[in-house]
Amino acid sequence: MQSNAALEYDYTVAKLFTYTAILFGLIGMLIGTLIASQMAFPELNYLFGEYGTFSRLRPLHTNVVIFGFTVSGVFATFYYLGQRVLKVSMAESKFLMFIGKLQFVLYVILALGMVVSLLMGYSTSKEYAQMEWPLDLLTVVVWVLWGISIFGLIGIRREKSLYISLWYYIACFLGVAMLYLFNNMEVPTYLASGGLGSIMHSVSMYSGTNDALVQWWWGHNAVAFVFTVPIVAMIYYFLPKESGQAIYSYKLSLLSFWGLMFVYLWAGSHHLLYSTVPDWMQTMGSVFSVVLILPSWGSAINMLLTMKGEWNQLTENPLIKFMVLASTFYMLSTLEGPIQAIKSVNAIAHFTDWIPGHVHDGVLGWVAFMIMSGLFHMAPRMYKREIYSKKLMEAQFWIQTTAVVLYFTSMWIAGITQGMMWRAVDEYGNLMYSFIDTVAVLHPYYAIRALAGVLYVTGFVMFAYNMIKTMSSSRELTEEPQFRSPMA
Amino acid sequence: MFHWLEKNPFFFAVGVFIVIAFAGLIEILPNFAEASRPIAGLKPYTVLELAGKNVYKKDTCIACHSQLIRPFKSETDRYGQVSLSGEYAYDRPFLWGSKRTGPDLHRVGNYRTTDWHENHMWDPKSVVPQSIMPAYKHMFTNIADIETAYAEAVTVKNIFATPYGDEIKGTKEAWEAYKPKVLEEAKLIAADMKNQDVKDAVAKGEIPEIVAIIAYLNRLK
Repeated sequence: MQSNAALEYDYTVAKLFTYTAILFGLIGMLIGTLIASQMAFPELNYLFGEYGTFSRLRPLHTNVVIFGFTVSGVFATFYYLGQRVLKVSMAESKFLMFIGKLQFVLYVILALGMVVSLLMGYSTSKEYAQMEWPLDLLTVVVWVLWGISIFGLIGIRREKSLYISLWYYIACFLGVAMLYLFNNMEVPTYLASGGLGSIMHSVSMYSGTNDALVQWWWGHNAVAFVFTVPIVAMIYYFLPKESGQAIYSYKLSLLSFWGLMFVYLWAGSHHLLYSTVPDWMQTMGSVFSVVLILPSWGSAINMLLTMKGEWNQLTENPLIKFMVLASTFYMLSTLEGPIQAIKSVNAIAHFTDWIPGHVHDGVLGWVAFMIMSGLFHMAPRMYKREIYSKKLMEAQFWIQTTAVVLYFTSMWIAGITQGMMWRAVDEYGNLMYSFIDTVAVLHPYYAIRALAGVLYVTGFVMFAYNMIKTMSSSRELTEEPQFRSPMA
Repeated sequence: MFHWLEKNPFFFAVGVFIVIAFAGLIEILPNFAEASRPIAGLKPYTVLELAGKNVYKKDTCIACHSQLIRPFKSETDRYGQVSLSGEYAYDRPFLWGSKRTGPDLHRVGNYRTTDWHENHMWDPKSVVPQSIMPAYKHMFTNIADIETAYAEAVTVKNIFATPYGDEIKGTKEAWEAYKPKVLEEAKLIAADMKNQDVKDAVAKGEIPEIVAIIAYLNRLK
């Protein structure tokens, strides 16, 4: 991984995806904060007529943060580090450069189509797969173009051995391709009925229980292959690069990678405990979820041990702070998930606010932290300028960390309160609370969560500002920094 | 072996794919045929109910409401009989949801009425004072897309052999001939409602979304 002075890498495509990551991150998190506030203060549902209700905005929030922010971050980091670990520049191949730019253009069209169609209510109502079939087809094209970029770059590589990060990007590409295709198998009703009705409507190839199984095989593993696998790819590159430390253990990274690949896919059915899915599948989901702690913690511990003997960097470099906290939140989240997948715990936790709580300690604390650190690390190297402000980055770190802690603690309390109240019975065995009692009691926690959202978005605005300043008006660098990113 | 794989991207990718595809084959496929069987006596959704289901999807009701009653006494006491796999045989997609910000709706048709839904969708607080659900007044003016619902019925009949009658066919003429039937069904719902605009619209031959979604919710039993 030593830098190769002779080779000038071309960051055109990486820069483009960096812009969309910042833009969609901002939009997605703003919508998230709005809908969190709507749960505490329902009057906020009426800001934009029918387009502003919680129910219309919620899929928009999830889709924009997943397919807008996170996936942009994945593409941006890949187009940056893919070249570097393969020791080949995008500029060396006109074809790959064209593919990269084409992918970006189609991706932006797709993202706009997604935002508009979801706002208008075109939705398949399958979570994280709400886009209707024409957009699904475009997604496939964008994804295939990315595949061409990955394997194209690999094809012309100088470094023969694939670095760990690339294993994870390849897995992300293959996993999402498989899951997305199978989960979105749908029949357009316009075509199947001889031209009746709306073109933007389809029915799922699977029904009822089968649809549920396929959906959560996707839903859970979208978390695996979008929120985990490419993010692990990032930390395996950016942490050693920023800290100047070699990865602690190659064997541990092997175990974690192949373990994660094998185990993750089994765990999807833990979303369907006590449903009409056969018992043995539910049990498999539970058991494999607990096994999943091993490969997840394997990666995280490998990262933490990479910092062995260098913990002083934590006080000197806020970027190291972001990445170390990210792997810590990854550990928290991957311990919490298996706990929720234990059947008796799930009986209380399922359908409650503990679930969004769990999701957000992962996505806010791990995914977004890691993407922001990656982009921060890339900025001085792509724009040849130092990072605009260290102070701002420090402040952002503490504001966002506070936000994440407020978010998950309030949702833990809310979720467990809710779960316990739903099942509480009096001395005669009658239900103690009407449903609305269990809603009303949650108001303070919803308010705290909304505050957490406001704080996190504030931090993200600081990040965006810091990045834009770095790109435009920060002090120029004469040579590329070897490890630690220079910051003012 | 691993070192070799890392130098041979093709075989590496194949290896990864086999490892990740494995679980799907073993865990998902075996139950497919069995789980798609309907329970005895299950009727497919009427075209109006399908239109209502599409409104349910359009406004993402599953963001807050589940349709899955789990096998616990606290749930069967609150919502009714435990949900069975065969009851969902005609649900494409399934609408179990993953969050209960509001109550489960799988058997809401057993204990709520057209009148209740009308009041509740217009202003949830008028029925449940502490409710945090938004009002869905736009459903009273938006016209439901019945033709698309009909197209859906044609699609599931032709492709998945859902048992609809012979009058459901994929031609313009068949749709024109079928339209009055949907309107008849809508009139029955509108007769139980008090909103004059909705009644007028149905009398004119247009079906507001609220009528369709109430037909769907009443069907959930």
